[in-house]
Amino acid sequence: MAQMTMIQAITDALRTELRNDPNVLVFGEDVGVNGGVFRATEGLQNEFGEERVFDTPLAESGIGGLAVGLGLQGYRPVPEIQFFGFVYEVMDSISGQLARMRYRSGGRYHSPVTIRSPFGGGVHTPEMHADSLEGLMAQQPGLKVVIPSTPYDAKGLLISAIRDNDPVIYLEHMKLYRSFRQEVPEEEYTIPLGKADIKREGKDLSIITYGAMVHESLKAAEELEKEGFSAEVIDLRTVSPIDIETIIASVEKTGRAIVVQEAQKQAGIAANVVAEINDRAILSLEAPVLRVAAPDTVFAFPQAETVWLPNYKDIIETGKKVLNF
Amino acid sequence: MASKTKNLQFDAKKQLEKVEEQFQTLQILNEEGKVVNESAMPELNDEQLQELMRRMVYTRILDQRSISLNRQGRLGFYAPTAGQEASQLASQFALEKEDFILPGYRDVPQMIWHGLPLSQAFLWSRGHFQGGNIPEGVNVIAPQIIIGAQYIQTAGVALGMKKRGKQSVAVTYTGDGGTSQGDFYEGINFAGAFSAPAIFIVQNNRFAISTPVSKQSAAKTLAQKAVAAGIPGIQVDGMDPLAVYVAVREARERAVNGEGPTLIETLTYRYGPHTMAGDDPTRYRTTDLDNEWEKKDPLVRFRKFLEGKGLWNEEKENEVIEKAKEDIKVAIKQADDTPKQKVTDLISIMHEEMPYNLKEQYEIYKAKESK
Repeated sequence: MAQMTMIQAITDALRTELRNDPNVLVFGEDVGVNGGVFRATEGLQNEFGEERVFDTPLAESGIGGLAVGLGLQGYRPVPEIQFFGFVYEVMDSISGQLARMRYRSGGRYHSPVTIRSPFGGGVHTPEMHADSLEGLMAQQPGLKVVIPSTPYDAKGLLISAIRDNDPVIYLEHMKLYRSFRQEVPEEEYTIPLGKADIKREGKDLSIITYGAMVHESLKAAEELEKEGFSAEVIDLRTVSPIDIETIIASVEKTGRAIVVQEAQKQAGIAANVVAEINDRAILSLEAPVLRVAAPDTVFAFPQAETVWLPNYKDIIETGKKVLNF
Repeated sequence: MASKTKNLQFDAKKQLEKVEEQFQTLQILNEEGKVVNESAMPELNDEQLQELMRRMVYTRILDQRSISLNRQGRLGFYAPTAGQEASQLASQFALEKEDFILPGYRDVPQMIWHGLPLSQAFLWSRGHFQGGNIPEGVNVIAPQIIIGAQYIQTAGVALGMKKRGKQSVAVTYTGDGGTSQGDFYEGINFAGAFSAPAIFIVQNNRFAISTPVSKQSAAKTLAQKAVAAGIPGIQVDGMDPLAVYVAVREARERAVNGEGPTLIETLTYRYGPHTMAGDDPTRYRTTDLDNEWEKKDPLVRFRKFLEGKGLWNEEKENEVIEKAKEDIKVAIKQADDTPKQKVTDLISIMHEEMPYNLKEQYEIYKAKESK
């Protein structure tokens, strides 16, 4: 097994599927010779040629349309949107077209498309690069939304996403790209979409989270342990659809839960998780389910970013409110 | 203050005039049905010429019946097509079966002549999802509602055909208003950059709902928008079936020869309202303008042309009219006999496999529907 960063694991997954399936095409802005602005597609054009891995003109909506059209010709497109803040330019292709293809055509056509895109705070980007917009995507029926938190998960989830016959939005947290290495098998493996992973077991409190907040939550769980609280950390991995069984089983065990997201508090993934817990496990709860999230503003400029982003201290504070309720 | 216009680096007026003069309208048949451009005549035999006329007459009847069925509440969404027959049907007539059409919402006739059963066109109008379930071997997709979205998708379909080494083209339609959309530019630009076998047709029927083409753009022709994308563009008399046919046929030849996409502007007119959902053209068009365009009618001029060649007469016309009426009757019956779409159909077709939430909702709605 190799030690890989998340970005290396992503490249490895793309290479694996480009090898496995001649219908897989990787394209987007600067993904060819340049290997992508984060080097996610490093070396792929060299290995698979310009027919399979290619640069597009600089237009996100056009990239979305290309994905729809190539999908209609039996390809399995894996376009990159250079930063997810640019997604507004391609919203029609995603929500208006890809997500509706199966229904609109009575099942004749579908969209086996995986849109990859970096997002996430803590790396001091200019505006419109870091926003967590997974909530927008999750509200669109017909899409799956995946957010890995580790190199191992990143590879297995991306392979599953590419093989999925429906559109998948695969979001890569920029802070996690090179923050740590992990053992990642060089051979292929898949992680099913829609399945959460218990990253740490516990019995007093369920911390349900995803993306970079998995690591803040694990840090918080360690601190809470020192104070005698045993926290379970659930990494959703797929934020739409969520793994309701794992969430409910955990909450029924612990009786207490918080939901942690980097995104703004309003609407979004955490709100949905809280609502589902209320619908399904209210009688198991010893305390209200609280959320840790960013304030309801757009993503902060770099100077205010550190305070804006939720961190392990916020998680401990909210966790204790629920533990001591 | 800067010096006056003495040392201008370029002549702005001349630049635009030079562009515009390259986009003269191609016409072969004039309003009287006379051939005015013999050298451009397409190689169509008598049977093909008659078939094109049959399709135009048939589609005019289909339009009249669709409007009346809509008024009776027996059809849903409908965008009238009368006036645009040459633009719609002669362009489709220039295609091969393996070519893929990405239509706008007024382009149902092209879908029908490309192989979509009439009953499915009616189901689509009624908002039934089986309307879009195109039969195997028919290379079309359901009409696009979002203006311009079909243009970027066409670049994708065409690029896919090129990658597969197919000898076919992707063809799409929009209107004059559609050329103002970002997706219009992105579509023609992408197809140009990839030298993809695509044909982009702009049916300039003068009004985007109520907004005249003069308010859409400073461009004198819409065909010249091709220049910026580095692809050829041509403007044709969209009431002249032969001109439309020739332009599309030539564009198709270039595309399958690896010479990339073409933008075609057809100058046409819709006689009816934008759609049957309450649009009143008298609010934005004058009767004089309507009359002026009705004189250009594609059926009238093609009928005269064919009669002159001894290829058309009242008997032939009536045969087509009767056939269209009969087909419509049968197709409406088929649409009526199709089981109504249910919410459970919708729930079960959002994904290949239903996620947990839809599985639960499926059961809830199944119970509701069985009551």
